[in-house]
Amino acid sequence: MDLHPLALSFRVATWATVLSLTVGLPVAWVLARRSVPGRDFWTVLILLPMVLPPTVLGYYLLLLIGREGPVGGWAEAVGLGRLVFTPTAAVIAAFVASVPFLIRAAQAGFEQVDRTYEEAARTLGRSEAAIALTVTVPLAWRAILAGVALTFARAIGEFGATVMVAGNIPGETRTGSIAIYDAVQAGRMDEANLLALLLTLTTAGALLVLTRIGRSPGW
Amino acid sequence: MVSLLVDFRTRLEAFELDVRFETGSGITALFGPSGAGKSLTLRHVAGLERADEGRIVLGERVLSDSGADLHLPPSRRRIGLVFQEYALFPHLSVGSNIAYGLHRRRRRDRRRRVEELLTTIGLTGYGDRSPGSLSGGERQRVALARALAPEPELLLLDEPFAALDFRVRRELRSSLRALHLRTGVPLVLVTHSVADVRELSDSLVLMDRGRVVASGATSDLLDDRESPAAYLFQSEELG
Repeated sequence: MDLHPLALSFRVATWATVLSLTVGLPVAWVLARRSVPGRDFWTVLILLPMVLPPTVLGYYLLLLIGREGPVGGWAEAVGLGRLVFTPTAAVIAAFVASVPFLIRAAQAGFEQVDRTYEEAARTLGRSEAAIALTVTVPLAWRAILAGVALTFARAIGEFGATVMVAGNIPGETRTGSIAIYDAVQAGRMDEANLLALLLTLTTAGALLVLTRIGRSPGW
Repeated sequence: MVSLLVDFRTRLEAFELDVRFETGSGITALFGPSGAGKSLTLRHVAGLERADEGRIVLGERVLSDSGADLHLPPSRRRIGLVFQEYALFPHLSVGSNIAYGLHRRRRRDRRRRVEELLTTIGLTGYGDRSPGSLSGGERQRVALARALAPEPELLLLDEPFAALDFRVRRELRSSLRALHLRTGVPLVLVTHSVADVRELSDSLVLMDRGRVVASGATSDLLDDRESPAAYLFQSEELG
């Protein structure tokens, strides 16, 4: 049996999680620690991917990263090549669908960090960026880790938006969840069974590891 | 001789903070009942709060001046602050806490300075311990060392002994005085303990409801039975 879809799912989810951390942590920090004009607007925009039907999300993404879209057109113009119907598109779809989970968790974590620690760091001459990295993020690590677990799980499960922007190309963009759908459609129930079981077990295993780390003695 | 000039006004919900005093290079106590605005005054000096109007000058350096729209951030004031609950970083060791403000120094200098400070506060060998494993008095000394590490020009202490029991207080008072004599850093400490004022301070700033009621040499203010200090001390001791 072809295990490529499972490997691809893990690769895509890992990249989507890394991307979510890179983009999501600064956003969460700004929302938690700065007064932002139009805060409600930004909050709704960030939460929207959590509640929109994945097909709607996929449709918007298609408009954005399609060959005629602003991002897709730009990527081709600068020589990055076509985005849609590539694994990159699958990563983008998984990222957009899952980053809200990271932002929400990290923002809540940052808000719980006692500001006195940051003030103490300020009086010791450190820059705001250094304080965020050496005080705020480490003190919120449990919340961030919980966010990473949710983000990864959501990215692994991504289906609707992915199928719209990355398609269902065997050996290229067919992820685990799409392969299961495909197998069921074609009546290959044994394959669907096995894929579903493997996806469940590996995802549960990954979550278990993250939960264990989160429960390790801290401060 | 470093002297601190504080002269500012800030509108608050409950009252207006209207503070004006000047101190020298000794130990100054900011004394008054709870809610007098003492801690808030300290936060203004540290740069954590911004005054509506007025100026704060340390020696030759203007730290804030509303007229010139100047407000140096806390990170550039070279003023140490020991918080009431110490605010030691719980995720860092004692040594890393003390080294936190020494980021501009070379690794070797940094280590030497940390060792030196640990010795000064009588906690040699505590560098790898976690702040959570220390007693209240030890934590306070680590917070002191951390604030002193980058060699500030002024050290502020917010209710430094409030969280400690009576015996530890007395011991720490004398070690704080020794530390002051040794480093020469002027101290401004907030307290509502008469004993702190009597045993520790050279000069005294009396505050009540956001205003400075009296200021001057501690001995002068304490001797004068008619002074507001005598009145406040009495009410404090009764209360």
